[in-house]
Amino acid sequence: MPRSLESYLRPGLKATTFCPGCGHGILLHAVIRAVHELGIDRRDLLFVSGIGCAAWIPSPHILADTLHTLHGRAVAYATGAKLANPKLQVIVVSGDGDLVSIGGNHLIHAARRGIDLTVICANNEIYGMTGGQAGPTTPGGALSATTPAGNPHPPFDLVRLVLGAGAAYVARYPVTQPRPLTDAIKRAIRTPAFAFVEVASPCPTQFGRRNRFDDVGALYDRIRNLSVSRAEAAGRSKEELRGRIVVGEWTPDDLHLAAGGPGAGGAAC
Amino acid sequence: MTAGRRVSETSGTGHSGGTARRYATGNEAAAHGAIAAGCRFYAGYPITPSSEIMEGMAELLPRVGGAFIQMEDEIASISAVIGASWAGAKAMTATSGPGFSLMMEGLGYAVFTETPCVIIDVQRAGPCTGQATRVGSGDVMQSKWGMHGDVEIVALSPWSVQEMYDLTIRAFHLAERLRLPVFLLADEAVGHLHETAEFHDRFEVAQRVRSNEGTPFGSPDPAGVPPMPCFGDGANLLVTGSTHDERGYRRVEEPEAHARLVERLRRKVLDRRDELTDVERHLLDDAEVAVVAYGFTARGALAAVRELRRAGKKVGLLRLRTLWPFPEREIAALDGKVRAVFVPEMNHGQIAGEVRKWFRGELRRYGQTNGEVIAVETMRAELERMF
Repeated sequence: MPRSLESYLRPGLKATTFCPGCGHGILLHAVIRAVHELGIDRRDLLFVSGIGCAAWIPSPHILADTLHTLHGRAVAYATGAKLANPKLQVIVVSGDGDLVSIGGNHLIHAARRGIDLTVICANNEIYGMTGGQAGPTTPGGALSATTPAGNPHPPFDLVRLVLGAGAAYVARYPVTQPRPLTDAIKRAIRTPAFAFVEVASPCPTQFGRRNRFDDVGALYDRIRNLSVSRAEAAGRSKEELRGRIVVGEWTPDDLHLAAGGPGAGGAAC
Repeated sequence: MTAGRRVSETSGTGHSGGTARRYATGNEAAAHGAIAAGCRFYAGYPITPSSEIMEGMAELLPRVGGAFIQMEDEIASISAVIGASWAGAKAMTATSGPGFSLMMEGLGYAVFTETPCVIIDVQRAGPCTGQATRVGSGDVMQSKWGMHGDVEIVALSPWSVQEMYDLTIRAFHLAERLRLPVFLLADEAVGHLHETAEFHDRFEVAQRVRSNEGTPFGSPDPAGVPPMPCFGDGANLLVTGSTHDERGYRRVEEPEAHARLVERLRRKVLDRRDELTDVERHLLDDAEVAVVAYGFTARGALAAVRELRRAGKKVGLLRLRTLWPFPEREIAALDGKVRAVFVPEMNHGQIAGEVRKWFRGELRRYGQTNGEVIAVETMRAELERMF
């Protein structure tokens, strides 16, 4: 991170709590760069997070108001804060298990209401902090502490889930594309309604180790190789896209594309 | 402290001036009391028998520039209330047993992060879904011990429509002053009771010390209440439900940090027991037997006491308006003064057990959990056996 952005970091912190190779540091940088480039008054910034590794991206790292809440409840806390003080620019940063499993109900209802929140979901496809258990975003067949024979269930497609629930803006990018990711976060913040950004962020310690990605680079290569743009995806069949990470941006106008087909990175989104 | 201001002066809620006499239900009175106290945020989820409070807030809050939202469940409701409180609003929710159970984790968060908020629990007949439209007082222990870990909270117990108004205001006063969730443990009978009550402005409600000076999560006073800056005040707040130091930094492995925080949060309540304790004494001066009662049950208990007095029996009533912290000194003061104590309640001894800790004489308890209020005759018959 360049010196010019260090003023966004809470003084006195010597290092992040993230494991070596974790993607969350890149996301932290992207979030900070986005709010910096938008020139948002620091006093108006409120970061809300739940429980888990990704919830520690804003708290304590970012020097602004931060609300580190209960597991799954970040979006509900954020809703209350935004309604009580609409001047606040409320940004939720949390993980896939937090926002989509235990917090899934809050996520879809916030999207339905359309209250002006920006929700950034760091998706590492596993529960990292609790020791590598499967989550609602763990790919089918993947190994985890609770799926020793491979995950028998398909994952959520978060883009389709949140778009279908009523979000005004939805994006998905991996941390391996930091500039488009930062721009997507900026657009989400500028959206005066519910906006959602899914961020593919590798977890070498829990997901990588259990799934035989013995060096961090290989795990980043996996994310890079699985990623296809919306334009590339448009010409491919559902089967070709199964398990791929379709990246880009979506609005309610794209809802018709999202009809049908299970699985993350499915045919449409 | 600021003097209360009637909302009706600016909002036209149907009564003008500082005071209005209204024929209303307890739940309606609670909503008016909340607005009068300065509540400007409500998040809730419909549940019998508390929903009229939510409906009242949906009507009243927009008139005073407040925010109302119906959330997707009670977990979301208490979460939104806490978020709104940190954004600077006096905030509340209302619920009943099943919803109260769902809120427990969030309430623990409010205690641990010292978030002022008010929760009205209009108790119904539990356990579980139980009888949704019927009365009970089964949540007394839950309000104190339902959260994991050791916490001290404040719970008030109204017995009339007037007290639904007055104690809702007092709940806000205490919540803001002590940075705590404060519970109004009402019951279905009081919530749905129709009575004439005075919606007055003779009260004071503390304002939280909203300052960036000092530390928001620590005090040099071991029972101190730190100042509370809010989101947007430029304090760069670090609010967390993990163990934290006085500035809010997580301290999740330091024994000293955890012990210090838990102990201050306990002492914040317990060291103010005298101020918080609120009891009412009826005919106790020469009593041989005392009834200890609270909530709607205390109304019938007072009627039974008066009937027995007319029959020459020396009996009185100690009515508890504060349930937590438990009025232990007031109970202990009965020891040696009265021969026996009778505790009727719509549960199986939740307060009687507390009384036992502080009163060594004869203790008779009557627990009724059939979804009905305890009849005057029932209490009188129980008392007659004690003479």
